[in-house]
Amino acid sequence: MNIAVNILGIVVAAFIVWWFWISKRGSEARTDGDAISILVDGGVYTPSVIHVPAGKPVTLRFLRKDPSPCAEKVIFSGLDISADLPVGRPRDLSFIPEKAGDYDFTCQMAMYRGRLIVEETTKS
Amino acid sequence: MKGNPSVENIGADMKEKTGTDPKTTQRLHVLDMSCAGCVDTVERTLKSVPGVSDAQVNFAEKTATVTGDVSPDTLVKAVGKAGYTASLLEDEEAESDKENAELAHYRNLLRQTVVSGVISVIIITVSMLDLLPSLDSASGQLSWGVVSLLTLFVLAFGGGRFFTGALKSFRNHNANMDTLIAVGTGVAWVYSSFVILFPGAVGEVARHLYFETAALIIAFINLGSALEMRARGKTSQAIKRLIGLQPRTARVVRAGEEVDIPIGLVVPGDIVRVRPGEKIPVDGEVTEGSSHIDESMLTGEPIPVEKKKGDTVIGGTINKTGSFLFRASRIGKDTALARIIDMVRKAQNTKPEIGRLADKVSGIFVPTVLIIAVITMLAWFNFGPAPRITYMLVTTMAVLIIACPCALGLATPISVMVGVGKAAEYGVLIRKGDALQQAGQLTTIVLDKTGTITVGKPVLTSVEPVPGVSGGDELLALAAGVESGSEHPLAEAIVEAARLKNIEMKPMESFEALSGHGVRAVYGGNTVLLGNRKLMEDNGIDTVSINEAAERLSMKGQTAVFAALNGTAAGVLGISDPVKPDSREAVERLRKQGIRVIMLTGDNRLTAQSVAEQAGVDDFIAEVLPEDKAREISRLREMGEMVGMVGDGINDAPALAGADVGFAIGTGTDVAIESADITLMRGSLHGVADAVSISKATLKNIKENLLGAFAYNTLAIPVAAGILFPFTGLLLNPVIAGAAMALSSVTVVTNANRLRWFKP
Repeated sequence: MNIAVNILGIVVAAFIVWWFWISKRGSEARTDGDAISILVDGGVYTPSVIHVPAGKPVTLRFLRKDPSPCAEKVIFSGLDISADLPVGRPRDLSFIPEKAGDYDFTCQMAMYRGRLIVEETTKS
Repeated sequence: MKGNPSVENIGADMKEKTGTDPKTTQRLHVLDMSCAGCVDTVERTLKSVPGVSDAQVNFAEKTATVTGDVSPDTLVKAVGKAGYTASLLEDEEAESDKENAELAHYRNLLRQTVVSGVISVIIITVSMLDLLPSLDSASGQLSWGVVSLLTLFVLAFGGGRFFTGALKSFRNHNANMDTLIAVGTGVAWVYSSFVILFPGAVGEVARHLYFETAALIIAFINLGSALEMRARGKTSQAIKRLIGLQPRTARVVRAGEEVDIPIGLVVPGDIVRVRPGEKIPVDGEVTEGSSHIDESMLTGEPIPVEKKKGDTVIGGTINKTGSFLFRASRIGKDTALARIIDMVRKAQNTKPEIGRLADKVSGIFVPTVLIIAVITMLAWFNFGPAPRITYMLVTTMAVLIIACPCALGLATPISVMVGVGKAAEYGVLIRKGDALQQAGQLTTIVLDKTGTITVGKPVLTSVEPVPGVSGGDELLALAAGVESGSEHPLAEAIVEAARLKNIEMKPMESFEALSGHGVRAVYGGNTVLLGNRKLMEDNGIDTVSINEAAERLSMKGQTAVFAALNGTAAGVLGISDPVKPDSREAVERLRKQGIRVIMLTGDNRLTAQSVAEQAGVDDFIAEVLPEDKAREISRLREMGEMVGMVGDGINDAPALAGADVGFAIGTGTDVAIESADITLMRGSLHGVADAVSISKATLKNIKENLLGAFAYNTLAIPVAAGILFPFTGLLLNPVIAGAAMALSSVTVVTNANRLRWFKP
């Protein structure tokens, strides 16, 4: 019994490490120029990982359903972009991400977390 | 990839979700509609936009109400394509929508608190008074089963959002405060319900039930959230105040008549009437009449400013005395007020460097706490006293519930919100959180002279004629007559002085500007030379009789203008750009804060020294060419100083950009508000001192919050885990943990709110 409980505990701890840190994947979406809708609810952005091409205009349409103040702002600190999100009303953020790279976007307290992956466009 | 929805699925999911949302409405101002046909066209255009379920145009109001899930930009573009001009009726409405949503959420939290609280009290009462039979009997199991269901109701009604949030986060490989609360209270309920169902499976000593604990934790957390929400509402008062400055209507002259129209319908070029006591609706230029205008709400300058024909007026400021007309120049999002609101909003969302560590910690905080909870559980299981399961549960729950990532996450942004808002109240616009942090750490502040320390408008202050050649007024008349053809600022000062003395000027016979030296003219039959010493020397004029006066004027900080009449020195005029009356006091305030204040100027040493003495600066650098100002800033930075540069934001742009913090100083809308790290809306140097004080206070507040949040979590979590138990026998009740957690974020917000009362 004792050993089983200890093993179970260790397995749970290992699972936490693996699930939240190692295999960290969010729901993903990709666009080549269309608007992407992002739902803000229940502590997560859905989708939370967004791929966009560099140098092209992109529109991220945030729809906040979570009325708690935690969800009221979205901040792209690396891109110098931020917005207040009204509850139940779409809020568009249109911009041109110039430089390829990963940019985190979060709520004011960094509990809601998402990532904008700006990809280099390959010239064909 | 199981569990990760595909891109297509997400799209469908979003569509489905937004499609079933309660319909949202937006209102637009639509211009250029002249007939009922236009109404029809606009309505059809709006209805054809994907996502729009309904559109109604009100011809009289010139507004359109659009229902559906669609962005305002799309609507504006669609109407534009149809040949009309539309703009979103935004700020006030959005703000009131926001307030309504917040109020509804606040009331909901209170409701949840009351219901959870009342049920908790009932459960505590029946437990403590032993009102229910023992679990050994079937009736006991049944009675406690009812209690279990009551608790489940509390978890669902008062804490449902924690469970759904935790589940959603989990699916996204994310964990947040919801996770901690859901796991903490969930474990309590599941274990207690297990004991009711299978009392025999648990030793008698371990048959504790934790229903009241779970219910009370939910009640406390809801109460904490409600209190936090109330406190947070106050942190955005600065922005609400600014939005509230915007009037709703304007009295516009249309077809010779004054009519009241909604503010959104004012177009550039409209002539607007403003009566005493009214707010100025948009930005513009006075065309008729004059008045005094209170601009304190934007600039922090308490004394009303005189406005006459040709002066600019700013929307949102208040007309005090006279009635006047002005021509609208900037409307909607282009007005100074709209740009200020936008800038303050954006700045409130930025984080200074100091807050980045907390962000990193928040990112790994919750999974770390979950692991600590598992370790706590195992430690008590392996090493704890009997009944092990009781100790295990109490400590694990306490660890999960007491950890507060919110306090950590809120510590910096909430203070920045209040600090940036506070600064805006004093006419100090801070562009970014980093500027806010650095302004409080400056060691040297460099002030440009003209227009920063001085008024920036030269005035004639001395007339020193050579006795026998000319008299005072005669010399002034001569100089003003000659200069009336020039646009040089010094010439304007001379002409203005003559005008004030009602000195008559004759027509000029000939005029020649000698670049960099002065002018030569024939005036009233005489040949007149007016300019610097070099002009006199080049023309062989003996200046012995005026040299002493010229030097004396320079030492007073005045620029000496030599005058010669028909080849003989006639006198010297002193022109000065006076130091602003409050510059010295403001410089003293900066020096008291331990900051070295340096003046930078292109003037000659003698004049610079005099101005430096009048302003009371520590040091000055004279004869600096405009292009070398930035180099002086780099030199100071290389010496290890944290340098702030204060200038007009246009001519000094490279120097402002080169400094650690660039301050653009101006008056009202004259200043380019997007040009510097910090913009001072009023022309006074007190703005710099205010910015430094507010930054210091905000930084201190952030540090208190961060220290409090870090200390709280690093001390509370081990205590909750039972680290004191071996020494003192002390264990933390999970209910106390819940109350402490709820209070910790309220404390952070309340501390930030203290900044609202700060006076720089």
